[in-house]
Amino acid sequence: MNTEYKDARAKFEAGVAKLLQKHKERKENFTTGGGLPIRRLYGPDDIESVDYLKDIGFPGEYPFTRGVQPTMYRGRFWTMRQYAGFASAEESNERYRYLLSQGTTGLSVAFDLPTQIGYDSDDPMAQGECGKVGVAIDSLQDMEILFDQIPLDKVSTSMTINAPASVLLAMYICVGEKQGVPMDALSGTIQNDILKEYIARGTYIFPPKPSMRLITDIFEFCSENVPKWNTISISGYHIREAGSTAAQEVAFTLADGIAYVEAAGKKGLDPNVFGERLSFFFNAHNDFLEEVAKFRAARRMWARIMKDRFGVTNPKAQMLRFHTQTGGSTLTAQQPENNIVRVTIQALAAVLGGTQSLHTNSMDEALALPSEKSVGIALKTQQIIAYESGVTNTVDPLAGSYVVESLTNEIEKKALEYIGQIDDMGGMLTAIEKGYVQKHIQDAAYDYQRSVEAKETIVVGVNKFQIKEDKGEMNLLSVDASVGERQIAKLRKLKESRDNIAVKNVLDDIRTAAADESTNLMPLIINAVRSYATEGEICGVLRNVFGEYTENIVL
Amino acid sequence: MDERKIRVVVAKPGLDGHDRGAKVVARALRDAGMEVVYTGLRQTAEQIVETVLQEDADAVGISILSGAHTFYFTKIIELLKEKDAGDVIVFGGGVIPEKDIPGLLEAGVGAVFGPGTPTSVCVEWLEKAVAEKRAKEQ
Repeated sequence: MNTEYKDARAKFEAGVAKLLQKHKERKENFTTGGGLPIRRLYGPDDIESVDYLKDIGFPGEYPFTRGVQPTMYRGRFWTMRQYAGFASAEESNERYRYLLSQGTTGLSVAFDLPTQIGYDSDDPMAQGECGKVGVAIDSLQDMEILFDQIPLDKVSTSMTINAPASVLLAMYICVGEKQGVPMDALSGTIQNDILKEYIARGTYIFPPKPSMRLITDIFEFCSENVPKWNTISISGYHIREAGSTAAQEVAFTLADGIAYVEAAGKKGLDPNVFGERLSFFFNAHNDFLEEVAKFRAARRMWARIMKDRFGVTNPKAQMLRFHTQTGGSTLTAQQPENNIVRVTIQALAAVLGGTQSLHTNSMDEALALPSEKSVGIALKTQQIIAYESGVTNTVDPLAGSYVVESLTNEIEKKALEYIGQIDDMGGMLTAIEKGYVQKHIQDAAYDYQRSVEAKETIVVGVNKFQIKEDKGEMNLLSVDASVGERQIAKLRKLKESRDNIAVKNVLDDIRTAAADESTNLMPLIINAVRSYATEGEICGVLRNVFGEYTENIVL
Repeated sequence: MDERKIRVVVAKPGLDGHDRGAKVVARALRDAGMEVVYTGLRQTAEQIVETVLQEDADAVGISILSGAHTFYFTKIIELLKEKDAGDVIVFGGGVIPEKDIPGLLEAGVGAVFGPGTPTSVCVEWLEKAVAEKRAKEQ
């Protein structure tokens, strides 16, 4: 720094010191939501160590700090992809067609818990849960109804499905087949991220080893047959919702990513090829500057990891492309309309962070499933940012901001510390087995709760500015218990009408192949789905061979 | 008087995997001096009641965000009554619509704590409820 600046800065600081004697600041210490220290003022000296070409670079170029495309939203907006699904395939199909008519540009399917955990709707474990937090899918028949009149060659679909991802992907492939859309024309994403299930979300079925095999089977099958499909969405979203800080979200997500790349490498797959089909999923919380920095840091870190650790030279396999969802856990049941404002701030952070796809939460989500009206407002929030705010007219507008670049460095540094510790432990699988990751997330969750209760963290309408409310007027959506009964009746009818000998044969084939690690299970699962074997039947066979995971409780 | 520590089972019924709230509440109850057993995920109503009986718990706190609350709360209360443990305090929280709460209270749920409730409110409520229950038993 030149002396002129240094002198001027010193003079400024002296003036501030004098002012502080008269007027104290609001707090002793200012930090980000994730606890990173925030200085009063950032200036050129805070980014002295930043080398533009090495650390920031141009958009569309390594290390992709400024975004994965050279023109970003000047070329095309992010995909507005609202997560939706409830009750039965019929009701969800109607909601998707409504969203498409309102200008949503991609679908995102929410499955109910039995579907996510590999149970049919008539399983005793499914009691009370059918159609509640997503759509109930038992067989290809349901999937055909779900995508009725939705052309799979024109719409890209994201499916939030993990443990049984191969079964649901197989169903999607078969629906495409029926619509006359070949596999290589299908585009979309399956979440397929089992590691975060053990850490944060809980919808696992099998133990880690066979789960990792199912994932790499999908990588291998899709790289040959479904080349436009994103075969995994490595998800920090749930890690953050479980209570992690922003830096932990980046650290644990990228550490999961490292574990997947290693597993695929062991199977002999080339990271320069399958690396292109990895995608990520992050959360956006309220601390605006920290969130923008988080996305930029994650992108730079992943590019460096792929290049330095895995020797990846293909730029497309170095870039971190990601979907963002605004933070469900930041929404309050108190004064729910305020959530519209929270979602706007979070969505703007995602856009300024360079997201490829975005889901904005609905204001009533801390109370119930979103109503059609609140989903509409959430989608319009994205449209207003895209078309009215002007932030989309230039690429990465916050680059070069002293505080944003400095925070980007801080997040990278903090996240690298965690990744270093995980490496020292022997990798992510061991870190999860030891409860290391879970413990760090839970400590952060508890710290946050205590800081809200001590009013160190203010949540408007919850611990400050409360008002007396009457929630009687809100029009909330609830799912009728009869969905379960209807679903069970449909399933019974299906089992009577299909060729049950064929079903038995394909299930036997899966049983045999599951025991032999060298066989790719995907083609067999597609065969089973095509003959209308149910999800519960297919997962049941795999459960018998692989066993089930039981969690290691860490409190 | 020999004052036994309050024993609570914190439970996650059904398939719902969102356990942040359950774990935060479990830690807060423990920090308030109670003995807390957390069941972990994917518990059936039968398993939860079994744990309550084995632990000789004063109370069971149920956390559920999947919409299956009415089913699970009612079933757990029913099973407790069947096992002559109808005096066990049942409370809970999660994403539970306001309109479902009167029905739950009528079915015998002691309290439902919605999102945003300070943990101190649960702690105080439970201390009072357990004291009343023990006074009745004497």
